[in-house]
Amino acid sequence: MTDHPPNELDVVSDGALPSDVDESGAVASSLREATHPSVLGLMGEFPSAVEAQTVSARDQAVVWIQASKSLEMLRWLKDDAGQLYDMLSDVTGVDYGDGRTIEVIYQLFSTKHKRPLRVRCKLPLDKLEIDSVVVLWKSADWLEREVYDLFGVTFVGHPDLRRILMPDDYEEGHPLRKDFPLRGRFSRAEQTRRALLQDVERFYQASDLQVGGRPQEVATPESTTLHGEDPS
Amino acid sequence: MAQRKVELSLGRNPEMGVDGLPTQTPLAPFDILEPEIDTEQMLINIGPQHPATHGVLRLVCELDGETVVTVTPHIGYLHSSFEKLGEYRSWNQIVPLTDRMDYLAPLIYNCAYVMSVEKLMGIEVTERCKVVRVILMELDRIFGHLLWLGTTAIDVGAFTPFLYAFQERERIYTLHEALTGARITTSATRVGGMMADLPDGWIGALTEFLDTFPDTLAEVHHLLTGNQIHIGRTQGIGVIGPEDAINFGLTGPNLRSAGVDYDVRKDQPYYDYETYDFEVPVGRYGDCYDRYLCRMEEMEQSIGILRQAIDRLPGGPINVDDPDISLPSKTDCMSDMESMIHHFKLITEGIPAPEGDCYLPIEGSKGELGMYVVAQEGGTKPIRWRVRPPSFVNLSTIPKLAEGHLVSDLIMINASLDIVLGEIDR
Repeated sequence: MTDHPPNELDVVSDGALPSDVDESGAVASSLREATHPSVLGLMGEFPSAVEAQTVSARDQAVVWIQASKSLEMLRWLKDDAGQLYDMLSDVTGVDYGDGRTIEVIYQLFSTKHKRPLRVRCKLPLDKLEIDSVVVLWKSADWLEREVYDLFGVTFVGHPDLRRILMPDDYEEGHPLRKDFPLRGRFSRAEQTRRALLQDVERFYQASDLQVGGRPQEVATPESTTLHGEDPS
Repeated sequence: MAQRKVELSLGRNPEMGVDGLPTQTPLAPFDILEPEIDTEQMLINIGPQHPATHGVLRLVCELDGETVVTVTPHIGYLHSSFEKLGEYRSWNQIVPLTDRMDYLAPLIYNCAYVMSVEKLMGIEVTERCKVVRVILMELDRIFGHLLWLGTTAIDVGAFTPFLYAFQERERIYTLHEALTGARITTSATRVGGMMADLPDGWIGALTEFLDTFPDTLAEVHHLLTGNQIHIGRTQGIGVIGPEDAINFGLTGPNLRSAGVDYDVRKDQPYYDYETYDFEVPVGRYGDCYDRYLCRMEEMEQSIGILRQAIDRLPGGPINVDDPDISLPSKTDCMSDMESMIHHFKLITEGIPAPEGDCYLPIEGSKGELGMYVVAQEGGTKPIRWRVRPPSFVNLSTIPKLAEGHLVSDLIMINASLDIVLGEIDR
């Protein structure tokens, strides 16, 4: 199991996860011997970094890995000749609520071996950070931005980590967290007040028109006349 | 099962080299610009309200003359947080949210969601239900591709295919309405079965559609496939290679047009797709024209699958025979006290799920549509319901595809990706 001592954030208050229970209880019976070749491979290559594994929904292999070694292990899964997970279908997060860890989930697929694998990383709430995998799969770009936007997980090394679905100046937090109320943190009156106060022109000004994180030069009002036209 | 490919051997633009790129590139390199011309780069904003963005998509383009240097998509204008809403709803109440995502092929989303929940709960649906769902999914693949065909054709100035496509879509709308009572927001599936069995005469109406639809498709082929204007606007535009296409996460016809024969129906089969006789069209050049050909051929293949499914459609019940999952019939509820109690209990308590998670990818009309559900022991609502959105990932490639092309080609590239903003923003 985990190397670090469990803190109060890891306490399970309502229903245990397969990974939270060692070899006892009802959940342990669902933990089977690993048969998926990639899970066996990961256990052989990174014996200390594989936290748990299970088979979910009858035939789907799931493996929990240490978040601190995730990039190294995912790179091995992508490049090793026996694995070749060249397609990253999905990156998403799960918040179980009640102060438990937030998990980042990678859905991998190997078009060579025709094999799917689900990789999960637990992140403690006080350190929601994990290495970005954009260097391995370009498809992670928007998917990681979405997890950052909706869960507040920071992807270290992401080239352009900004909000994607919510507005850039959204101040109410991260919507898919369990501590986020369904109707938002602010009251309806406050949300309406803020919406009406918005300067809509701002969306078409230089600070918003950024490409790849660098501000663009935009024509100032003095220089917006057509060429050859007398500015006066 | 061995993958069979359809050869897309149609005439290419004679100005094109072996790699599929035009030999005479229209993209102006910097050194041929005349020095006295002011070469300041300019920013152009397209959208969010613009017919050619196919929804509320905003593209901020940095232009050098007419050439796109960079393009930055801004999304989120339709964000409704369906995934958050789903966490507050029981398993069956989520079904109406799914068809509001991809309103261009709603039945595929209905089916994909309940398939994932059924897999998580270990429910095996009846044989009739499986075949009915295959029919609905293939019908909506045609439905989604027809909208793509019409709007893409109109983006390059061809108006007639738009009318042909929408005429055929109208007939599918009628089929939707006969089955579910709704034209777009179908919500046809339930965990363990369907909202209702196929009505009388529905299969006959579908067969009638299948008999005449190939004629329309042939006419569109006649109008577009060899059309010099269409070829000039699409060949060599928005090219992506097979390795890049996989790395960028493209799926569906967009990936297959780049020469990768990945189709979820063949590679991770569900609902006995391995027993249907159909072929996967695979392109060669990965440009807009190959995407067009792949989708046209996919519609032909879907017609074949539909015919096979109609032939093998078995009788029997459509819902699983399990009182913990399926509701009693409405007639029983109104006349029988036990059925009334059963109905009440099932609606108020919901269907309990086992501990675990399930990611089930299916081949949607836009690409790999994955439904990921996470449940706790006995949970009647999901802890997390996640949709792996094919259009979202496909659209993220647009900065790479459009770089170096003209603004008019950017419109064509955006159209050729077949996006639906309801699902991108969710």
